[in-house]
Amino acid sequence: MSVGTGEWLLQQADRQQARLEIFARRKFVNRVALVLSLAAMAFGLFWLFWILFETIRLGLGGLSLATLTEMTPPPNDEGGLANAIYGSFLMVMLAAFVGTPIGIMSGIYLAEYGNRSWLATTTRFVNDVLLSAPSIVTGLFVYAVVVSRFKSFSGWAGVMALALIVIPVVIRTTENMLQLVPSALREAAYALGAPKWKVILSITLRVARAGVVTGVMLAVARIAGETAPLLFTALSNQFWTSSLSEPMASLPVTIFKFAMSPYENWQKLAWAGVFLITMAVLALNIVARVLTRAR
Amino acid sequence: MTRPPVMKTPRSGPLADRAFAALAMGAALFTLAMLAAILASLTISAWPAIVKYGLGFLTSTQWDPVKEEFGGLVMIYGTLITSFIALLIAVPVSFGIALFLTELSPAWLKRPLGTAIELLAAVPSIVYGMWGLLVFSPVLSTYVQQPLQALFGGVPYLGALFAGPPVGIGILSAGIILAIMIIPFIAAVMRDVFEVTPTLLKESAYGLGATTWEVVSKVVLPYTKAGVVGGIMLGLGRAIGETMAVTFVIGNFNQLDSVSLFQAANSITSALANEFAEAGEGLHQAALMYLGLVLFFITVVVLSLSKLLLAQLKKREGVRA
Repeated sequence: MSVGTGEWLLQQADRQQARLEIFARRKFVNRVALVLSLAAMAFGLFWLFWILFETIRLGLGGLSLATLTEMTPPPNDEGGLANAIYGSFLMVMLAAFVGTPIGIMSGIYLAEYGNRSWLATTTRFVNDVLLSAPSIVTGLFVYAVVVSRFKSFSGWAGVMALALIVIPVVIRTTENMLQLVPSALREAAYALGAPKWKVILSITLRVARAGVVTGVMLAVARIAGETAPLLFTALSNQFWTSSLSEPMASLPVTIFKFAMSPYENWQKLAWAGVFLITMAVLALNIVARVLTRAR
Repeated sequence: MTRPPVMKTPRSGPLADRAFAALAMGAALFTLAMLAAILASLTISAWPAIVKYGLGFLTSTQWDPVKEEFGGLVMIYGTLITSFIALLIAVPVSFGIALFLTELSPAWLKRPLGTAIELLAAVPSIVYGMWGLLVFSPVLSTYVQQPLQALFGGVPYLGALFAGPPVGIGILSAGIILAIMIIPFIAAVMRDVFEVTPTLLKESAYGLGATTWEVVSKVVLPYTKAGVVGGIMLGLGRAIGETMAVTFVIGNFNQLDSVSLFQAANSITSALANEFAEAGEGLHQAALMYLGLVLFFITVVVLSLSKLLLAQLKKREGVRA
């Protein structure tokens, strides 16, 4: 009897031991996984800070008043980025002007008219694909349709390529924001006898205003840094031009050309350009975020 | 007959109403037409090359603008291998980030960290490219490539992967920079889909004594499988279509004669960026258009798959994923 009890106790102790071991192993695996997850987070942030740090350090080094006031120079000469900044500004603004109305109207269709119809579902799907489609293909498309027909690279072609990138971004945010508007608001307006177009324009769109503006800002931020669609549409231009029917310089394309060159002054200017673009894009993104949060 | 009174159809209103509805629908149709027009114009422009080379274009490694011999395999290989390396790095890291943001991070840190990762996605690709060429590739060459070569130089097979000049420009650096670029996209999608897992499921598992890792790997991950794969495909689509960052660091070298990861190579996008503006009208341009068509086709397929997978999760949950 006493022998049996002893064995039983020993067995219990063994089992307990085994349980503790399993528990310890599970805890260990858990700890390893969590440490790795922390490391992954640090890894992601590491690149962000490294890139920002170098952009600021080298960018400020290349930045001067002349960067903003003088034209792009020939190799090994003094100069600035004024024509490229102006070209970028002009094309981005025009593209936003062209793309925004189409994007907003399309977003209105999806949220207010189409809902779950066949056309709306397809459009939504196609739009999501276009949203992430390679931007260089947009450049090829505009080249085939505009540049090769008129036999000349032009600012207008650049505007068109950028506008085609604006549209999907605006559609997506407009639709999402309109869907957040409570139906009670729409119904109240209908009950007062307002026609649908008026309800949409002065009630729903107005309520969703901040979100729609955010979408446009994000779209502008996106195209401000786009290089690929401009390479064979607007091309580039060494001189100041306000004519959109000529090739036009832009900041990203100029950066590309200058950064790939062996000339030191060009590389310096490219860093200054990268600094300007990064700051502008990050500022737009942060403001857009603040706008939606304040709502 | 049974239509609720508030749901006016576009046709029943006054003129302004009908005009507005037509305008909205026109804008939606415009979006659809965009996709069709891109496909059509690329096909038409590429037609001379399609007729001449057919599908053999995809398997030929000849790219000689002088002799007018064109085949796209070198670029297609470059695009696929760099995207593959990018996924290899980005998927585990993004998973870790999403795990951190959903399960580990203290609530007050979630937002700033999430925003920081999203900002990484907003940085224009040309910035990555220039940083990659002038800052990152020298570091990669000195601290990664040379030690790797010293370590594996004499080993058969493995050594071949690390052969070639360790100059920091080529397939490996392009893959790494692509990984940095797509991490935010994949991480953001993973975080969003992890958050749709019902709290009830997670808390039940915690209640049974599961550790955080067990909850994530055995409850959250199986539940959100489709969404996670969708997010990865989204990142893949991005990597395949990325132009500027790759063009800066891949080396633009149109030959395929070794399996080395240090080898300079070319991708579809960088070939287009470098050659298209200078290519004369004719076969060279048509061949580049053909490459563009192949690129567009691959990304549309990948992105469509991604959307379908994400929609699957969304349908089940009824929550935005």
